Amino acid sequence: MNLKELYQEIILEHGKNPRNLRKTDNFTRDAKGNNPLCGDNVHIYLKLNDNNKVEDISFEGNGCAISMASASIMTDLVRGKEEKEVKEIVTDFLDMIKEKDELSTELLNEDEKTKLMCLSGVKQYPMRVKCATLSWHTLTSAMNNSQEITSTED
Amino acid sequence: MNIDQIKKEFPIFDNKVQNNDLVYLDSANSSQKPRIVIDRIYDFYSKEFSNVGRSVHYLAVAATNLYEQTRNSVQKYINASDKNEIVFTKGATEAINLVANTFGQKYLDEGDEVLITELEHHSNYVPWHFLRKSKKINIEFAEVNEQGEVTLEEIKKKITDRTKIICVTHLSNVTGAILPIKEIVSFAHSKGIPVLVDGCQGAPHLKLDMQDLDCDFYAISGHKMYGPTGIGVLYAKKKWLEDLPPYQGGGGMIREVKKKGISYGELPNKYEAGTMATAQVIAFNESIKFLEKIGIENIEKHEKELLDYAVDLLGKNNSVNIIGNPKNKGGVISFTIEGIHPHDIATILDEDGVAIRAGHHCCQILHEKLGLPATARASFGVYNTKDDIDQLNKSINNCKKIFNLK
Ligand SMILES: Cc1ncc(COP(=O)(O)O)c(C=O)c1O
Repeated sequence: MNLKELYQEIILEHGKNPRNLRKTDNFTRDAKGNNPLCGDNVHIYLKLNDNNKVEDISFEGNGCAISMASASIMTDLVRGKEEKEVKEIVTDFLDMIKEKDELSTELLNEDEKTKLMCLSGVKQYPMRVKCATLSWHTLTSAMNNSQEITSTED
Repeated sequence: MNIDQIKKEFPIFDNKVQNNDLVYLDSANSSQKPRIVIDRIYDFYSKEFSNVGRSVHYLAVAATNLYEQTRNSVQKYINASDKNEIVFTKGATEAINLVANTFGQKYLDEGDEVLITELEHHSNYVPWHFLRKSKKINIEFAEVNEQGEVTLEEIKKKITDRTKIICVTHLSNVTGAILPIKEIVSFAHSKGIPVLVDGCQGAPHLKLDMQDLDCDFYAISGHKMYGPTGIGVLYAKKKWLEDLPPYQGGGGMIREVKKKGISYGELPNKYEAGTMATAQVIAFNESIKFLEKIGIENIEKHEKELLDYAVDLLGKNNSVNIIGNPKNKGGVISFTIEGIHPHDIATILDEDGVAIRAGHHCCQILHEKLGLPATARASFGVYNTKDDIDQLNKSINNCKKIFNLK
């Protein structure tokens, strides 16, 4: 196991200064997620425009460095993407965390992929995987405008 | 008391964890097990196994005697006045559920109040919440003060004409506060109110004397007392066990079963329905012997020394913020580090073999009050040493380094 892989500079930096940590004005969809065992929680706000593109995305919540960094990076990457594209990126990320070695989506450039891959360190820490995935599952709920609170414990 | 010698009695410390010596600071969650307890389970299953209290063959009689010997040991250990005041359960959670269920059935009605505290573990809140739903009772909370303790005065303030039972922890599993149980009980009794004590954290660390404490119910968890999982104890005054209805129904707890009616067995069988955790109960006797051999007074003294050492050392570590500062405190230190989430602390400490817990420790009410979603917690057992605490401090410094904190 390697702590340096888990706590890479990018993660620490995003964890400390999360991007998009606010509440979008006039959001059109939102969803809450929590991680009952450790108390992490996140609330995602989405604003889609008439073409179903993400005009703005933001989040509120608190949690460990991994979960904050994950939400921060995620919100940066999906802005400007279409609904369908967002779903593809989410699926690709979750597949990578679960089993695949790499990201395969062509919707992200190499730079963006490198950023996301920084989160792959959690694979060696099974108890921490849910920290990295919470905001992503919650984003899916927000896209579906689900009123149910997403929980990583089910 | 020779800690090196005592530590050798715990096989878990023979092995490395991720190439490190194990620094186990999670005993408030569950303690490690000495060899005699582990061996007892193996021996019982290999040479002596039978179900208890039913058949008349040799093994059944011998197993029944062993099972009852644990009851005698527990009675003696906590100085209960009668062996039938000892009921075996699957843990403290079940012990509290047993009381909430049976006492609730018989004595609680709409508008009645159960007084608990903000320090309570979920297992001393949720069972009462069920009654809030089913019987429309109210739950009142005695508040925790700045020091992380609940005082007698606060309890007195919250008692009303409708208070039917008071349920308090003996020793907080978050702040370590030891509550003035004897005084609370004495005051409650002067108002005719019974008291249930969640003794999960009390029993492994404090000298217990039920006749002196005079509480009505005391819940104990075996796995925190160097004993097996799956076993707990409900101590209850005999008058209650005779008075309250049975909890679970099934084999072993009945006297006579007819199509038209059923009569229940005598104590302690009345509350031990079905096949119990026989091997674990029998092995639990070895845990009691282990504690008796070292002497609970010696354990208290040792853990107090560790606590003072740790509070001093971590107190000097300028990023560490210790939660609560109770006058009377057991071997539990919950803390936060500005700028590092407790889960990140726990993961980084784990890499050095330092096992702590991070989260709300099943005390969400308290954490909400503290305004913290989570804390990190180091808790001590008989096998811990000052070296463990030095290592804890060193690993905390490593966390700070990784997170670029001063
Ligand atoms: C204060 C307190 N009460 C109750 C419990 C639950 O005990 P058990 O695991 O025996 O059900 C615990 C243990 O987690 C505890 O620390």
